[in-house]
Amino acid sequence: MFTHIMVPVDLAHADRLTRALEAAADLAKSHDARITYVGVTAPQPGQAARSPEDFADKLAQFAATQAEAMGIAETGTHPIISHDPSVELDRALKEAADSLGADLIVMGSHIPRAFDLKSHGGHLAQMTDRSILLIRDPQS
Amino acid sequence: MTDDTNIQGIPAPEGEADLIETDYDIGQDNVEGQVGPFGFDIHNPVFLISGLSIVAFVVYALLAPTQAGDFFGWLRPALTSNFDWFFLMSANIFVLFCLALIVLPVGRVRLGGAEATPDYSYPGWFAMLFAAGMGIGLMFFGVLEPAYYFGTPWGDAPLGTVRPFTEEGALVAANVEEARRMALAATSYHWALHPWAIYAVVALALALFTYNKGLPLTIRSAFYPLLGDRVWGWWGHVIDTLAVFATLFGLATSLGFGAQQANAGLEYIYGIPISITAQVILIVAITAVALISVLRGLDGGVKRLSELNMILAFALLLFVLFTAGAATILTEFGRGIVAYAQEVVPLSNPFGREDTGYMQGWTAFYWAWWISWSPFVGMFIARVSRGRTVREFITCVLIIPSLVCVLWMAVFGGAAINDMIANTTESAVYANVIAAYSPELSLFAMLESLPLASITSTLGIILVIVFFVTSSDSGSLVIDTITAGGKIDAPVPQRIFWCTFEGLVAIALLIGGGLAALQAMVISTGLPFTVVLLLLCYAIWRGLRAEQA
Repeated sequence: MFTHIMVPVDLAHADRLTRALEAAADLAKSHDARITYVGVTAPQPGQAARSPEDFADKLAQFAATQAEAMGIAETGTHPIISHDPSVELDRALKEAADSLGADLIVMGSHIPRAFDLKSHGGHLAQMTDRSILLIRDPQS
Repeated sequence: MTDDTNIQGIPAPEGEADLIETDYDIGQDNVEGQVGPFGFDIHNPVFLISGLSIVAFVVYALLAPTQAGDFFGWLRPALTSNFDWFFLMSANIFVLFCLALIVLPVGRVRLGGAEATPDYSYPGWFAMLFAAGMGIGLMFFGVLEPAYYFGTPWGDAPLGTVRPFTEEGALVAANVEEARRMALAATSYHWALHPWAIYAVVALALALFTYNKGLPLTIRSAFYPLLGDRVWGWWGHVIDTLAVFATLFGLATSLGFGAQQANAGLEYIYGIPISITAQVILIVAITAVALISVLRGLDGGVKRLSELNMILAFALLLFVLFTAGAATILTEFGRGIVAYAQEVVPLSNPFGREDTGYMQGWTAFYWAWWISWSPFVGMFIARVSRGRTVREFITCVLIIPSLVCVLWMAVFGGAAINDMIANTTESAVYANVIAAYSPELSLFAMLESLPLASITSTLGIILVIVFFVTSSDSGSLVIDTITAGGKIDAPVPQRIFWCTFEGLVAIALLIGGGLAALQAMVISTGLPFTVVLLLLCYAIWRGLRAEQA
């Protein structure tokens, strides 16, 4: 059913994504799909990397580690540079899904709290016509 | 990706750069958490210390307004009159340093690595440079300054300008040309190379140490060559806190005064009475629009608003140019450039001057003012300037804005001077600048002499307000980044907090008094920052040399 799965990754907080990463890997194996890990960074140095080049390298390393640990046949990466990631994240992910032609987006999401301002997953689901699987981590 | 100026995939590495090896991880001192619905990710202790000390100073100004007013009212002129030579010398050094970077081989270094491409196209970039850097000042001083120097009623004439009016207000035809030439040269001196060199030094230091050296986008990073890893400790906390302090108070006091000026304009044109209520409404409105802008982000809000601002300002400029006589004024622009070139050296000479009224009251004041704004404007310029070479950066931050400022002053000042020559004491400009000193009305008085005054004055008020919004939104982004330890992707509620906080500080000072005192305090920070900027020149030089090696 799925051939190309996109997994948005926050490299600075990858430890919170364990369940989403596992779910994506399982789906990729059962559907024989490829996974593209997408990361969004600002041009300025950040917590995850010190330059866009460094960010791209770290994302590639992350994908390689995932492929090996989870036994995924085909992985790729798509680093995105955004001038204002706090605000542009959802649009950046939507555009990434379009340009990659991903047919499923698997992303981690926190459990809704009272008065949540915005959920990235929920907002992205409104913006795109692609399927989205939100994986909640009870720890987050 | 659909829009290549906004979001780009990174197809290839950005080329060689010379990252500084440091054990500091961006965000390592940050505290992340959740208060109710609001997530936060703030630097410990910069966020708390700067927030609390701002509150403490506001409380001080509100509880002891006379004492605060007296002290800072004494401090600022004391600094600008005792250290006038220091401000003038330093500003000259910044200009020479920047000009040298254009011609020296280090000008080839590219911000963001050898193969980086510019984040923004020229129009968007210029619009943001201007809107953050000068905007409101051009509206406020564009008529005031040239008209004032031309008339010079109180004797602080730059370099002993001849007077075109007798004491009774009659025109002295023989002196008009020289007074006019000097008025434009003396105004351009304050708005062209020197202020932009001040901004360029700070912006270049931050851009270099962020994009090429991999340090966080925060003021302390520029001090790395001088202080080493100590910048991550208390030295850095103090530097960043001072920058937040100067930025927030600079913005809040300007916002308070801006609301008073806009109110004065509204009274002059529409008869809306001057009242605290009207001014508070203006601050709330400006803050609300700034909030929408920061919520829409750098590209979707701040950049678009800056572009809109530029279009409106350019429309007003063209209107004044053509209705006040394009031929005369363009000649004036040519003459303004020549006069500036002729007079810039004598005007920047700090020693043996007899025009101390001009040199201390205007020049030293301006230099302290631009320098106190430089952490904010410099950091904002740095944020949008990745991908330019140093040569291109300095040319675009120094030379082109300088030309635009000279043009602006020639058009607005030229139109005001034309009006004073034609109508002498009958002219509204004469009445509001020379006979009585009402600086906030000078722009509207000049527009009155041209056709369609009610429309253009309304446009003028809108421009004043939009310029405040573009300062307020970019300032909130800057403060948010500094107080998040250089993180660009801090949670959105933080920028909402700073934008709102700035509006609240302005309202508190407007109602309780203390705007003038705290503005004087901000300008007083210009003196220590001047020393800081001189050190930055050295840091830039070392950073660029390492980049070339």
